[in-house]
Amino acid sequence: MTALAPPLETPKPQRRRRSRGGRDAWPLVLPALLPVMLFSVYPLVYGVLLGFTDAEAGLGVETRFNGLENYVELAGNGLFWNSFKIGLVWACSVTVLQFLASLGLALLLNLDLRLRWLARTLALIPWAMPPVIIAIMWQLMLNPNYGPVNRTMDALGLPGGINWLGEASIALPVVIVVGVWAGMPQTTVTLLAGLQAVPAELGEAAAIDGASTWRRFWHVTLPALRPILIAITTLDLIWNFNSFALVFVLTAGGPGGTTMLPSLFAYNEAFRYGNFGYAAAMGNVMVVLIGAFLFFYLRGQMRRRLQ
Amino acid sequence: MTTRTRTAGRRPIARPLQYLALAAYMCFLAFPLVFLLTTAFKTPRELRSPDAGLLPQQLNLDNFTSAIDKADLYTAAGNSLLVAVTTTAVVTAVSLPAAYALVRFRTRLRAFATGWILVSQVFPFILIIIPLFLLLKDIGLVNTLLGLVLVYAVWALPFSLWMLQGYVAAIPVELEEAGAVDGAGRLKTLVKIVLPLLAPGLVATSLFTFINSWNEFFFALVLIQDPEMQTLPLALARFVGAEGQVQLGQLAAAALLACLPSLVFFLLIQKRLTAGLLSGAVKG
Repeated sequence: MTALAPPLETPKPQRRRRSRGGRDAWPLVLPALLPVMLFSVYPLVYGVLLGFTDAEAGLGVETRFNGLENYVELAGNGLFWNSFKIGLVWACSVTVLQFLASLGLALLLNLDLRLRWLARTLALIPWAMPPVIIAIMWQLMLNPNYGPVNRTMDALGLPGGINWLGEASIALPVVIVVGVWAGMPQTTVTLLAGLQAVPAELGEAAAIDGASTWRRFWHVTLPALRPILIAITTLDLIWNFNSFALVFVLTAGGPGGTTMLPSLFAYNEAFRYGNFGYAAAMGNVMVVLIGAFLFFYLRGQMRRRLQ
Repeated sequence: MTTRTRTAGRRPIARPLQYLALAAYMCFLAFPLVFLLTTAFKTPRELRSPDAGLLPQQLNLDNFTSAIDKADLYTAAGNSLLVAVTTTAVVTAVSLPAAYALVRFRTRLRAFATGWILVSQVFPFILIIIPLFLLLKDIGLVNTLLGLVLVYAVWALPFSLWMLQGYVAAIPVELEEAGAVDGAGRLKTLVKIVLPLLAPGLVATSLFTFINSWNEFFFALVLIQDPEMQTLPLALARFVGAEGQVQLGQLAAAALLACLPSLVFFLLIQKRLTAGLLSGAVKG
């Protein structure tokens, strides 16, 4: 699910009807809470537990707990770790590139340039497009024979006939570019909102003191943007690591497994080979490792903020 | 006026560079869309000819008609619409009172809702989809649109709640209290005072739910196997695998048709949507 960055702010004190307490709230909240508990909290817990069983697809197959067997097997599964590595490369590259590109665009959109409205609208469109369609569109763009990318390269006298999505050495970088295109709107809108919240007086004061554009950006704008920046890069990282549809339609993990994201790998394990328990174990490993990664990233950012 | 503009005044070189950068961004963002649009109108012969331009020679609608026939787009679009509309209606109806309650009464549930959004984002979908698949299979909802609605609604709910409570928090309690002083009952205050003020936020939230359900692929891929029940993204993904590689024009036409509803919606409410999302995000 796509969303904007949750705000990193302290809760504002607000007048509430304390006296009525939570009892009046229950009947209103229950219809929302019950389905969420039943169809997302419960399955998630169930899913984590499945990772410690030998569950398989099919009728009448007995499921039993097998402790850490799945993880021992996973530790020796080179294909999984390779896929995990691809997932990290994909998620980090897309997040960083997406952030830099979106920051540049947001800074431009924050100026009063002509045609800004058009650029703003264009920047939002990929948001409204299903990942499946973005993938189809880029397949057409990158078609080795008829796609405009290769035709332009031909016209410019560059080496032609490149099979962008079919060659193992370049498929991952190409898919990363598509990922950046698809994810730019949210990041841009979020950063733009952050920029608009930076008080103009701060920059003006720095300008009077003779600070250059670059120095003002580095010492005034960027620090003011930091909370939003951390929130959106964290979320982008999680979303990108877990993303599925775009790459599934674009390459289905090929060529030769070079774009096999861990989510695709686990999907195949579960719904192609029917190894539910083993696939759930992969999910558990992914959660733990990504959780650790985020922990260190956020802790590092918080420390920098405090300094 | 921003600080940057002033610099541009001092150094006239900066302005053309800014326009150049903006133009580059617009090309990167828009070219794939323009290309998709023009491809959809081209004849197969035109698509294969090496020296055809970007624009089609004539507006030829064959691709659209044959794409609709071949990819079962009618059925799929109907299914998608049904699922997205039902999901949106259910989610809005359930999350509106809940969001109100979470904001106006102090409860710990609010922290739970926010926490759950974050947690559910971090967990890979594979951990959720396997048990969900087994669960829905047990109650006979695999391969049904109802099952899909249930899953979409549950996944949209926490986010919808979170967005809506931002809008509720923005409405001053004093307004409601004034209504109460004037002798209006609880329900009347809500309907006459809170609801109208909440309308823009409600529109933004429900459209967001609609677009997310309309675009969703992964859950549908696992839960729907029957071609009669497939949603639009599923139908398209299957079309890519089957015939789309040869029929580029049809593929483009089908893709274009499939994102038309959400694109139109999106452009219509573009300003409000961004503004709404932002205010929802800023007010806690």
